[in-house]
Amino acid sequence: MLLEIKDLKVKAEDKQILKGLNLSVNPGEVHAIMGPNGSGKSTLARVLSGHPGYEPNGGSVTYDGHDLLAMSPEERACEGVFMAFQYPVEIPGVNNSYFLKAALNAVRKHKGLQELDAVEFLALIREKIKLLEMDQSMLNRAVNEGFSGGEKKRNEIFQMAVLEPRLAILDETDSGLDIDALKVVANGVNALRNKDRAIIVVTHYQRLLDYIVPDFVHVLSGGLIVRSGGKELALELEAKGYR
Amino acid sequence: MSPAPTQEQTRATAQAEQLEQIANSEYKYGFTTDVEADTFEPGLNEDVVRRLSALKGEPEWLLDFRLKSYRAWLKMTEPTWHNLKIHATDYNALSYYSAPKKQKLLASMDEVDPEVRKTFEKLGIPLHEQMILAGVAVDAVFDSVSVATTFKSKLAEMGVIFCSFSEAVKDHPELVKKYLGSVVPYTDNFYATLNSAVFSDGSFVYIPKGVRCPMELSTYFRINAKNTGQFERTLIVADEGSHVSYLEGCTAPMRDENQLHAAVVELVALDSATIKYSTIQNWYPGDKNGKGGIYNFVTKRGTAHTNSKITWTQVETGSAITWKYPSCILQGDNAIGEFYSVATTNNWQQADTGTKMIHLGKNTRSTIVSKGISAGHGQNTYRGAVKIAKGATGARNYSQCDSLLIGDKCGAHTFPYLEIKNSTAKVEHEASTSKIGEDQIFYCRQRGISSEDAVNMIVSGFCKDVFRELPMEFAVEAQKLLSISLEGSVG
Repeated sequence: MLLEIKDLKVKAEDKQILKGLNLSVNPGEVHAIMGPNGSGKSTLARVLSGHPGYEPNGGSVTYDGHDLLAMSPEERACEGVFMAFQYPVEIPGVNNSYFLKAALNAVRKHKGLQELDAVEFLALIREKIKLLEMDQSMLNRAVNEGFSGGEKKRNEIFQMAVLEPRLAILDETDSGLDIDALKVVANGVNALRNKDRAIIVVTHYQRLLDYIVPDFVHVLSGGLIVRSGGKELALELEAKGYR
Repeated sequence: MSPAPTQEQTRATAQAEQLEQIANSEYKYGFTTDVEADTFEPGLNEDVVRRLSALKGEPEWLLDFRLKSYRAWLKMTEPTWHNLKIHATDYNALSYYSAPKKQKLLASMDEVDPEVRKTFEKLGIPLHEQMILAGVAVDAVFDSVSVATTFKSKLAEMGVIFCSFSEAVKDHPELVKKYLGSVVPYTDNFYATLNSAVFSDGSFVYIPKGVRCPMELSTYFRINAKNTGQFERTLIVADEGSHVSYLEGCTAPMRDENQLHAAVVELVALDSATIKYSTIQNWYPGDKNGKGGIYNFVTKRGTAHTNSKITWTQVETGSAITWKYPSCILQGDNAIGEFYSVATTNNWQQADTGTKMIHLGKNTRSTIVSKGISAGHGQNTYRGAVKIAKGATGARNYSQCDSLLIGDKCGAHTFPYLEIKNSTAKVEHEASTSKIGEDQIFYCRQRGISSEDAVNMIVSGFCKDVFRELPMEFAVEAQKLLSISLEGSVG
């Protein structure tokens, strides 16, 4: 098992958001977490990535045999936990490819691999950028600065392609995307599916799941997973709503 | 009918009389007997100025320069218009001469303070330079004297003069006499006037007509710039059509027992000459609680003649208090002035820095790029003046002042002054303030980059317009230096 969440309770700003959540994820699986607004979906994504401001106050999260909650955000990243942000932040003045090189080399260093030099890195990203149908010029712009909503989301999945995580969490990746951009992003994600990599897709709408077909669908409500099922559960929710 | 003298005037007259008495009285210590003394007793008076000048064997005209400066200084008060909190300095508690100390040589790098060693390593300073900077005895492999000699002979071939200020007074008095005080008059301001009275030593550069100085005047300086004292004086004269790039300072941490440093730098760019003056300032900033640290009150100014260009580039990371405004007087037509600055304040550091661009000639142009970074409780003020004189037809200025805040206890302030007396002038000013957000840092961390590396990356990006103006090797060091000075600024 890659990720095991047991009875997880999480507080944010003095509010109990997650109230005893259980979830198990195996390598190669794609899990969709759905639920109404305010159910705790994004809290789950953030707590797994180590976002400050979320205070676990019960339960446990085991990732590849380690206590995930005891790890710093950068340790988690280096161990292969990746989050595609709902609202990727802009970092003016920092070149996009420079940023990604620093990230990749931090991960490689952690794994005991040799850091890539500029030439090797460039060859790698030229290959990966095709996957997301992104323009090369985006590599030389500042991180997310002036990017459209769609470009930001593509850039997130592009980073995922380069960093090759073992557990990817996509937080509302479909929000703000038109249908063409959604297809490109979904194709990118599908190309990254493999037997060793698990993906958790957090989404409000079924739409994304037409393109990224999950193995499991979970309904989060009131801080708990209230239903789990196969991909057909998403269609049922679409038809009947969350109630 | 003249009005009755005010109390102040009466006091000033009494003081002047007293001064005259002292000046005319016989020098009671004699001019030669006191030479063996290492350090003057604290206190400043005309006698001290005379002894200082005598000790250095200075000519009469230089003593006169010092004396008239001293007399002017007596009538001045410390400026208070800055945005700084300064503990008062008792100028009579300072000693105004200290013989260059022979540092006790250490046997090996192992004897050097581990903190200092760590910084050297982080900066990537070559080992032999580390040893010289730390005062470790060096073996024959690297003999700084021979390096310096080779360097000097190469410069001498081209007629370039590069020596200490004292040597210049002895060997090239006509040049020093002609240009000393020509850019920063002895009456300029409290600190510059004090410097004019009691300056210890410094550097002198002269580049002859049409000569392009074959090397950065830097490496040599870095190793040899010790013991210039707290009142440093620099004079650089670039004759017609010449070109020089000069680097002052050192990325290695500079500690000094003197709290007050008041330097004066004068640049003269004659017709069609280019002077590029780069500074990396890393004086001791005080500890984390704001104790100790150097007060750096510097007057830097250049006069740019027709078709000439002066570029000031500075990276200020050190000192408890920085007060400096490297300026350009664009006197000749088509003269260009540039100012690129990065000033960092962390912990309890304060900086009030900027520039003055004074456009007198026609079609003069100036560019100001100022980047202020505040962290901890640091306070960073940009203060800049752009003056376009009546005759400066077609003058242009572009100013950009950006502030970056790290944390919520620091401050950034911008005071631009514009004085435009010619309607054809074009003056643009842009300013921005941004903050390194926790969300940016978290984003980096989620990609595997540590908080400190994230801050460094963002800060480097913020400063790159300035760093690219620095000589190559120093740009790299400056970047590292910046990251060291911001260490611990994020939790």
